[in-house]
Amino acid sequence: MKNAFILIAFLSFHAFAKAQTETKKTTQEFELEIETEYRYFYENAQFEQQEDHYPSIALRPEYSIEWNKGYEGIHFKGFLRLDRDNERTHWDIRTLYYQKAKNNWELSIGLKKVYWGVTESNHLVDIINQTDAVESFDGEDKLGQPMIQFSWITNRWGTFDFFYLPFHRKRTFPGTEGRLRFATVIDKDDVGYESGAQEWRQDIAFRWKYYIGAFDIGVSHFYGNGREPLFTVSPTGTINAFYPVINQTGIDIQITHNAFLWKVESIYRHAKAQDFIALVGGLEYTFSNIDGNGLDIGLLGEYLYDERDELALTALQNDLFFGSRIAFNDIQDTSILIGGITDLENSSTIMSLEASRRFGSNWTAEIEARIFNNVDTSEFILANFRNDSFLRVSISRFF
Amino acid sequence: MKTSIITLLFLATFTVGIAQTPQERGIEIAKAAETADLGFGSSTVAIKMTLKNKNGQTSERYLENKTLELTEDGDKSLIVFNSPKDVKGTATLTFTHKQGSDDQWLYLPAIARVKRISSNNKSGPFVGSEFAYEDLSSQEVEKYNYTFIKEEGSNLIVEQDPVDPKSGYTRRLVTYNKDKGYRIEKIEFYDRKNALLKTLTYSNYKLYKNKFWRASTFNMVNHQSNKETLLEFSDYNFEVDLAEEDFSQVALKRAGS
Repeated sequence: MKNAFILIAFLSFHAFAKAQTETKKTTQEFELEIETEYRYFYENAQFEQQEDHYPSIALRPEYSIEWNKGYEGIHFKGFLRLDRDNERTHWDIRTLYYQKAKNNWELSIGLKKVYWGVTESNHLVDIINQTDAVESFDGEDKLGQPMIQFSWITNRWGTFDFFYLPFHRKRTFPGTEGRLRFATVIDKDDVGYESGAQEWRQDIAFRWKYYIGAFDIGVSHFYGNGREPLFTVSPTGTINAFYPVINQTGIDIQITHNAFLWKVESIYRHAKAQDFIALVGGLEYTFSNIDGNGLDIGLLGEYLYDERDELALTALQNDLFFGSRIAFNDIQDTSILIGGITDLENSSTIMSLEASRRFGSNWTAEIEARIFNNVDTSEFILANFRNDSFLRVSISRFF
Repeated sequence: MKTSIITLLFLATFTVGIAQTPQERGIEIAKAAETADLGFGSSTVAIKMTLKNKNGQTSERYLENKTLELTEDGDKSLIVFNSPKDVKGTATLTFTHKQGSDDQWLYLPAIARVKRISSNNKSGPFVGSEFAYEDLSSQEVEKYNYTFIKEEGSNLIVEQDPVDPKSGYTRRLVTYNKDKGYRIEKIEFYDRKNALLKTLTYSNYKLYKNKFWRASTFNMVNHQSNKETLLEFSDYNFEVDLAEEDFSQVALKRAGS
């Protein structure tokens, strides 16, 4: 069903594009990234059938065609990964949309990715796209979301974004062979919906983005199938998971003052089975060009709160994040991000390191490490990952 | 009585003419250069950036720049990277202000995120090049104090002292060409220790719309590190007729997608 929807969307776009291109000057671009990746989990697996070594390959093709001086176009980004974990072997259309902009409005139709928010350690207000939970641990990879987006730009009152979201995409969880999973493997098809319309529930969202002086402010509301499944535990101990219908109001504010960035994001989510607030706030300060040669060192600190307590899927219920971003601003764009999240109520700590660098003009290399330290056995979610510290190395070639 | 007033006026004019201080002459030249470039409205241009290290090895970047002229406040500009391919689509939106720090946003295409960034880092290098951020930002008259130094043929040399203490320079020596619409021929940059740091040479000037001089080549040489950055501008378009909406965060995302 989903594939048919995507295919129809693609064919109609294609026909439309063809009709348009015959009369107007167009520009086309094609690009392909091939990535090889190796993940090594150096601690003994907690659950049976989990592996230690995960070699993997990913392809990221991109194509765009623009006309009408770039005010109209079609954009495509595909994704394919092959991995030892069958569930992590997956493909997706990240974006495939037609876009038209004219004067003070912009319209997008198709599969698209939209980002909301300002903080670094957690992305609370960002709700339009489903998280690609098997792709990365940090939750920053997203699945393409079918939508009609209309943006209205005013010079005085900021930008108003309206979203019509006709289809919900389920989150994929690691399979039997995968790490970073629960004791019980969650099959995404077993996770149902509160809504009778299931994935075809017609959802809506709205965002207002305003900027004045040092302030960037976003206010958003989402009404529809939640992106996070809700886990409920029955008195007999069986875990039931489903996507609730939620109303979520979000606010995000950043104040940019000299080398300081002050940030806060907060949400209030309401569903029949759940009602909570969550907050993340903190600051980023950058010492720039400290060696006179371009070296920037940024310091980050954020506090994370989630009223759901241990049921928070992110496991960030009352935690502190600290980190440092080091950018060399050299020809190779060398950068390092190190950080740690520590629970303020118990010993659980997650340390992370991400480093990247370009080689020549078409190659990049990345190193990532995530270390789960002293994870408290009482942690409902995180305790499952306590032996899943890993090192990841990836090399990409761009064509 | 009448004669004495005329004499007085004459004397006053004469005194101003002779005793114009180097500071007054300096700012007059900077303002003349600004006036000569008024009214371009908006423009787009493609840029090839070649970075050369001290051993002569080179690395290239391709960018596109859009500029919107504003008179009450500083200009707005949007820069998009087309290469290297791993950063393709990365884009910046800058609102220059005549007073105070500029407002700047960065678009990261991999996660489709727009991030407001600090414009505090004036002296840091722009994408590993020999151009500092402050070298590439819109040159508003209010950002410097001026001292006229000397006249050489049609060239006027003016010293510019940055108002902002975060600038990486104590002074810049700017060579204006008064016969060619006060276009800039050369800038010498002196670091915080007042040692010559860099020389920027503008060449291959072309006249657009019979009024606006634009150099096709900027060559920045760093005398201390012996590194060089060459900017080559092509496909200047002054007929694009861009509006404020083309410099919104929505437009920033569109440019990087």
